[in-house]
Amino acid sequence: MATSTVSNSSMHEEDVLIQELGYDDHFHDHHHGDKFKSNFITTYIFSMDHKMIAKQFLITGMFWAVVGSLMSLVFRLQLGFPEESLLWLKPLLGKWIVVNNGVGSLAPEFYYALVTMHGTILVFFVLTAGLSGTFSNLLIPLQIGARDMASPFLNMLSYWFFFTAGVVMFLSLFLSTGPFSGGWTAYPPLSILPQASTGSGAGMTLWALSLVLFVVSVLLGGVNYITTVLNMRTKGMSLWRMPLTIWAFFITAIIGLLSFPVLVSAFLLVIFDRTFGTSFFLSEIYIGGQALEHVGGSPILFQHLFWFLGHPEVYIIILPAMGLVSEVLSVHSRKPIFGYKAMVFSIIAIAFLSFIVWAHHMFMSGVNPFISNFFVVFTLIIAVPSAVKVFNWISTLYKGNVRFNAASLFAIGFVSMFISGGLTGIFLGNSAIDIQLHDTYFVVAHFHIVMGVAAFFGMFAGIYHWFPKMYSRFMNETMGRIHFWGTMVGAYAIFWPMHYTGMAGVPRRYYAFDTFETFRHFTELNQFITIAAIITFLFQVVFIINFFYSIWKGKKMTTKNPWGASTLEWTTPIHPGHGNWEGNIPAVQRWPYDYGKNGREFIPQIEPLAEGEKDGGH
Amino acid sequence: MNAGTAPMEYGSKNKIHPKKFALWVACAGITMMFASLTSSYLVRRAAGNWLEFPLPVVFWYSTVVIVASSVALHFAYTSFKNGREQAYRWLLSAAFVLGFAFLALQYQGWVALKEMGVAINTNPSGSFVYVISGIHAAHILGGIGALLVALLHAWSLPYKVTQQRKLRFEMTLTYWHFVDFLWVYLFFFFISQS
Ligand code: HEM
Ligand SMILES: [Cu+2]
Repeated sequence: MATSTVSNSSMHEEDVLIQELGYDDHFHDHHHGDKFKSNFITTYIFSMDHKMIAKQFLITGMFWAVVGSLMSLVFRLQLGFPEESLLWLKPLLGKWIVVNNGVGSLAPEFYYALVTMHGTILVFFVLTAGLSGTFSNLLIPLQIGARDMASPFLNMLSYWFFFTAGVVMFLSLFLSTGPFSGGWTAYPPLSILPQASTGSGAGMTLWALSLVLFVVSVLLGGVNYITTVLNMRTKGMSLWRMPLTIWAFFITAIIGLLSFPVLVSAFLLVIFDRTFGTSFFLSEIYIGGQALEHVGGSPILFQHLFWFLGHPEVYIIILPAMGLVSEVLSVHSRKPIFGYKAMVFSIIAIAFLSFIVWAHHMFMSGVNPFISNFFVVFTLIIAVPSAVKVFNWISTLYKGNVRFNAASLFAIGFVSMFISGGLTGIFLGNSAIDIQLHDTYFVVAHFHIVMGVAAFFGMFAGIYHWFPKMYSRFMNETMGRIHFWGTMVGAYAIFWPMHYTGMAGVPRRYYAFDTFETFRHFTELNQFITIAAIITFLFQVVFIINFFYSIWKGKKMTTKNPWGASTLEWTTPIHPGHGNWEGNIPAVQRWPYDYGKNGREFIPQIEPLAEGEKDGGH
Repeated sequence: MNAGTAPMEYGSKNKIHPKKFALWVACAGITMMFASLTSSYLVRRAAGNWLEFPLPVVFWYSTVVIVASSVALHFAYTSFKNGREQAYRWLLSAAFVLGFAFLALQYQGWVALKEMGVAINTNPSGSFVYVISGIHAAHILGGIGALLVALLHAWSLPYKVTQQRKLRFEMTLTYWHFVDFLWVYLFFFFISQS
């Protein structure tokens, strides 16, 4: 198996290279390394070590993933089996299970609350913080050759803001009026008028508070990531020698820095509308026959502000996953990544374009059709850099000496998901077709496949691949493969059918369809989706058991570089302490993708170029 | 924070200290926030039902005051570097007092708006002025906090130009210039719109 590809003698050589060519930053002269180990609180709780903070993000993210997924199972049960009794959930959900003739069903208000929480939690807490927070923290210092982040203190704050945001959101679940229920996009008036729905009062207040805290966390993290990548690279680590993971995290942080503040503006204006009676987003509205005081606001303005963040946000989610996948695919197919520079330029192109396509979420909001055309064109252009990336991943695999393990399988699965979901994006990007498809299950299928499932796959690939670096042990490979195949088949089983229901016009976010004669024949399909969702969830339980079991009982790592990878993180000790490298910081001599070159399986980045050898990637 | 994270000493590309760089990056984020607020203003204005009113004169005064504060801080910094100990202390204090005066004047500006009959919830045109200048004031408050720390250092520590103190001062200076400039931009934005 892969774990034995590297002999001990070559490891020894690497230590010599680090010692001789590396860079002495006098880190160990100060003895502050010990400070971080000395007590439980600073090691495990208020840690400033990027590796520990990464684990904190990961495990918090996993907690939220479980909560958010269970929510979806509850509302899927209601959708798939509206006639069955949900009475057995009453002990957990209390008054949100309404009993009628002995049959318990989910209260419609709570259905909306669950859908909203599911979206918010998965998009922000799991796929933003859990994914980018985990891997940016873990890999940026390790792969660029830094002792830690530029500011370990801000890094710690970043985690604790995220944690607090989570606590606030969690508390909102227990409000007597329920959590916010106006959708993860929080459109006004549902997000502004407390009387608009049950969740619009205290639920929305806590939701907004939680998200403001969350944005602070993202920004603190992002400022740190950008600064670290630009200022803390080791000797020889030029930008063009950075692994694609780092490129992805770096560009992601820039997108976040430029888009999240806009979301804050939107939220601040919402908060003013809610509490100070301003009318930024509220137009003339009658509720219960009563005209409200608010005049002249524009709910569409909110949508503009929201999607100016919202669309870049989806790339904030997917770019880190793309970075992880590029790295994992290259290492496990024992080939250099195909088209390294093209990969970097397409990340940059995607990032740039992601700022000028936001109104494709608003084709049906009454925006001027001529303006729509502009957004149609740029939306469709995004398909170009996306396709470049897909092409390069497939070319990387082509004729590779691929090791099919859990990590690489998930990376390959990512490519499959990204293709399937990207293609439906091209449908939606045409404003004329969107008239039929907007707000249907087709959109739900599109973004779950291209963003939800794909990003999860990238994250799983990353976890299986870097678990040894995090815990010095391996995850169980058999369970990993079972997890992969179950999730791969399960995810398609859940979301593929939604394309058909969506094309037939079944609207998303509806509590029940029994009044629509036309949708009657989808009843069985709906049940199928629900059952598939439950089974797929069970496969995630396999993953969770594997993860926690392996932390304590997994197979121990015996060599530093089990995958035979060329990047710097695998030159650190098996149990890296604070500061990552024991002696010198390694110096970088070549690009990160020298696999199968000159008859060698891989050449580490710290090995000098041979005479006359050209550095790759250019 | 800790020595392991100091910038690397080799090469010439690492001239800027990571913390300073981080501050610039943070300023870029803040800029985006105000850019989005002022574009919202424009978009909303174009939609009609927009109350026109002149910006109260107090805002002219506050603008002068904040620029003066920036200038004072700038000379406080050059005095600090060049060993003019007393000038440094007094100019820094002046910058601090002027910063405070700015906030007081902004408050007067809001009162004047209200007296003109433009309350926060009268019409979005007025609401925007309150909200944008209010959010800006919150950023000034952060700057005043930093100035306060600088002031305490100036008056309580023995005068000495160390790398650490210079870095701190430079960061305070950068941030203060940034939020001051931000106000000047907002001010001219409002003027050009009313
Ligand atoms: C080829 C590239 C893509 C195109 C052309 C595209 C286009 C679109 C369009 C036009 C919509 C709006 C549909 C509607 O509401 O009627 C949409 C929705 C969405 N897309 Fe994509 N998309 C692409 C890729 C992606 C990627 C890569 C992600 C995430 C990683 C993503 C995430 C989403 C999400 C989350 C929504 C729905 C948001 C909501 O309404 O709740 N899309 N997409
Ligand atoms: Cu979009």
